[in-house]
Amino acid sequence: MGPITRRLIALESKRGWAVLLAVFAFAAVAVPLLNVLLPPDHALHVPTYMVQLLGKFLCYAMLALALDLIWGFAGVLSLGHGAFFALGGYAMGMYMMRQIGERGVYGNADLPDFMVFLNWGELPWYWWGFDSFWFAALMAVAVPGLLAFVFGWLAFRSRITGVYLSIITQAMTYALMLAFFRNEMGFGGNNGLTDFKDILGYSLSADGTKIGLYVATVIALTLAYLVSRFIVGSRLGRILLAVRDAESRVRFIGHSVTGAKLFAFTVSAMIAGVAGALYVPQVGIINPSEFSPAQSIEVAIWAAVGGRGTLFGPILGALSVNGAKSFFTGAAPEVWLFFLGGLFVVVTLFLPKGLVGLASAARRLKRPTLPVTKEEPRNA
Amino acid sequence: MSRILAALGVLVALMFAPLAPAHADDAAFAAAVAGLDQKSFPKRAEAVATLGTLGHARTETVLRALADGTLFARKEDRQVVIGRLSGDAYSLSDAATGAPAGSAPSGELAKIIANNQMRGQIQDILGRFLLFSTDAEDRIRAADQVLSNPDASAVAQVRNALKTENEPAVRQRLERALAAALLSGGGTTEERLAAVQTLGNTNEPALRGLIQRTAANDADDAVRAAATSALAAIDRRLVFLDMGQNLVFGLSLGSVLLLAAIGLAITFGVMGVINMAHGEMIMLGAYTTFVVQQAFRAYLPPDLFGLYLVVAVPMAFVVAGAVGVAMERSVIRFLYGRPLETLLATWGISLMLQQAIRSSFGATNREVANPAWMSGAMDFLGLTLTTNRIVIIIFAAAVVLALAAFLRWSAMGLNMRAVTQNRSMAAAMGIPTGRVDALTFGLGSGIAGVAGVALSQVSNVSPSLGQGYIVDSFMVVVFGGVGSLWGTVVGAMSLGIVNKFLEPYSGAVLAKILVLVIIILFIQKRPRGLFALRGRFVE
Repeated sequence: MGPITRRLIALESKRGWAVLLAVFAFAAVAVPLLNVLLPPDHALHVPTYMVQLLGKFLCYAMLALALDLIWGFAGVLSLGHGAFFALGGYAMGMYMMRQIGERGVYGNADLPDFMVFLNWGELPWYWWGFDSFWFAALMAVAVPGLLAFVFGWLAFRSRITGVYLSIITQAMTYALMLAFFRNEMGFGGNNGLTDFKDILGYSLSADGTKIGLYVATVIALTLAYLVSRFIVGSRLGRILLAVRDAESRVRFIGHSVTGAKLFAFTVSAMIAGVAGALYVPQVGIINPSEFSPAQSIEVAIWAAVGGRGTLFGPILGALSVNGAKSFFTGAAPEVWLFFLGGLFVVVTLFLPKGLVGLASAARRLKRPTLPVTKEEPRNA
Repeated sequence: MSRILAALGVLVALMFAPLAPAHADDAAFAAAVAGLDQKSFPKRAEAVATLGTLGHARTETVLRALADGTLFARKEDRQVVIGRLSGDAYSLSDAATGAPAGSAPSGELAKIIANNQMRGQIQDILGRFLLFSTDAEDRIRAADQVLSNPDASAVAQVRNALKTENEPAVRQRLERALAAALLSGGGTTEERLAAVQTLGNTNEPALRGLIQRTAANDADDAVRAAATSALAAIDRRLVFLDMGQNLVFGLSLGSVLLLAAIGLAITFGVMGVINMAHGEMIMLGAYTTFVVQQAFRAYLPPDLFGLYLVVAVPMAFVVAGAVGVAMERSVIRFLYGRPLETLLATWGISLMLQQAIRSSFGATNREVANPAWMSGAMDFLGLTLTTNRIVIIIFAAAVVLALAAFLRWSAMGLNMRAVTQNRSMAAAMGIPTGRVDALTFGLGSGIAGVAGVALSQVSNVSPSLGQGYIVDSFMVVVFGGVGSLWGTVVGAMSLGIVNKFLEPYSGAVLAKILVLVIIILFIQKRPRGLFALRGRFVE
């Protein structure tokens, strides 16, 4: 057994691996099987729309996971993570746009419909290469990563921390939103990219494709979780924790605070990009409203509700908050914002560790002999 | 035969056209009317032009009939008649005199058709009749019409109008209109030179085009030279005017930004509380304005309506301030020292406030009227300034001065500064720090509410009003330097002006994006803003 394998195995405790495997097996195998094998009127049948909805939520969960990596562990609250998500989504959307080919309204094989509509003569250079799936997939990771690297390098180098960083990341996503709203940008303006037909040759309206995308999302989320776990458990992860708790001290000891934060920020943006790329084929549209600052702030509440600094808490939080959102917007739309707003207040005031914290507190109550876990620092 | 006669008539009429008095004799008019009945459109247009210069009492009737398609020529004797459909046949009246001319079925009549060019011509001529209106506004409008579409045929009428005009403002417009008409053809060399002189002193873009054409095409060298130098002078003035305009627009945008951000300069800048519900305080102020307006409409006489804004200002301050105090006492005070949590909690409050307003007032825009004293415009050194812009600039300045004076000289202001500078020392001196915190936050929120009164005058009042200002306000405060009131003023004004100077080159949206990028880059260089605090208060 090599050292890397050993470290991989050490990522989780035995119980942790068991739970992870069980959850993975349920999500990636059982849910699709329940959809395919059982007849629609069976009590345990999972309808296709439910699989699709779950796939969408899992993309959100991946975004929350990405935010947790940087917020929960490095103490950097980015309010611009929606931008990385949307950029990944646009990259995949561009690929699917090119796949439409002659099947668009104008039947133009060389240009997407909106460009024909705007009387554009030829494809802009930044659309070149998006005919290839693998190029688009690469861009879905590379573009958010590059943006995060440049932005983070500028910000962390000049030691912009805390709320200042939150505010300028918000300004970043706001600026991108305004930019993508412009028709001249060549990304479909207000309407964004939509009317997709197929991906890798499979029709998007087919049930099989939907389930395939869902399974791909489960796998991607699991990998992202393991990567994050690996980073957090490494030496770098401990430096990140130290940065979160006492940034100046880490710098005085001689560690590169900028480097550590920049690495985590870039990886986090890449995960967000992948989440966006998986999200767009499942919902069928990407438009500039994904860049709106409000969306990004909502991601923070998913992470906070689940319990930040735990990696699986944010996944839980994204699933439960979005589940509640689906329920409320269907049953009582006017209550939803009260609920979401109240959630922000209640979680910050009473549940600083989120649902995960609540669960461990309950466990501690039952077994008071266990040693109390380390107190969470307050300045995160 | 009759057609040749008619053509002759037009010719005669044309020869005498420049000399024709305001009320030409009926014969010339009749001849011109007869001239309308011709095959070719250009000749018909010529006849229309003649009618325009004659200024006969019936000109309007005939031209309107022509434009409406009720002007006919009777086939048997080519008499030009105006037909009104009654039953199957048309009842006719003579076009030139208005005398009844029997009736005829449509088969015996040939419609005289006007093409689009003639319609435009007719509009111009009918418009010019207003030059002699008793209403000065009408006369100015008529002169402006000639100015916007100058034509040699207008010369005689404008000259006539000038003879009797006493109103200086109208005279000025008429003189320019005459100059423009002369330059468009029909003026002698001396007249054209004088016209270039007259128009060289104006800044109107339409007239600049006319002078440009003159500079390029005029037959006379001297006129061309005069036009070329006049053009250069106009362009120089336009550049300055443009800059002045941008400056005023920039100041006005800056004042809006300043109003939106000044409350934040207290809550964020002085207290260090990230209040994401700040935009909603502005929104509450705007809705308070709406409610006050409705109350004025319902319960008070209409002549007091203009005062509603004056009442709305303290009301908005109280409403938003009270909500602010409630927020501080119930949520924010538990989160001091945890800025990121404060950010999330206040964001939650903002969502709830938005939904509360949406549930009680509806999701659509509510209409808030500009009172009469705020609408209108004035002319200042050639710049047109709308009154509401100026009022907002003055109002923003007044709010900042009042706030600065309050913080500097009032006992409460002293307490606030003491608590923010050294909390424990202030507490030791007997200052009730908790109450001061609540009141400081209330003050910042109340000022945001006051800003809402002003912003209700320039933007739509909807539940999401505040959302549009939140990023901008934070940018202003961060750019200006946290904790510095003057930094906020300078920050808001410079962002407003930079934005407006970029706009002509890049468009409004791109200008905004550029400004955001500039700020993000600026913060790299000076992470603590333009007017950073120095010394012991920094950390």
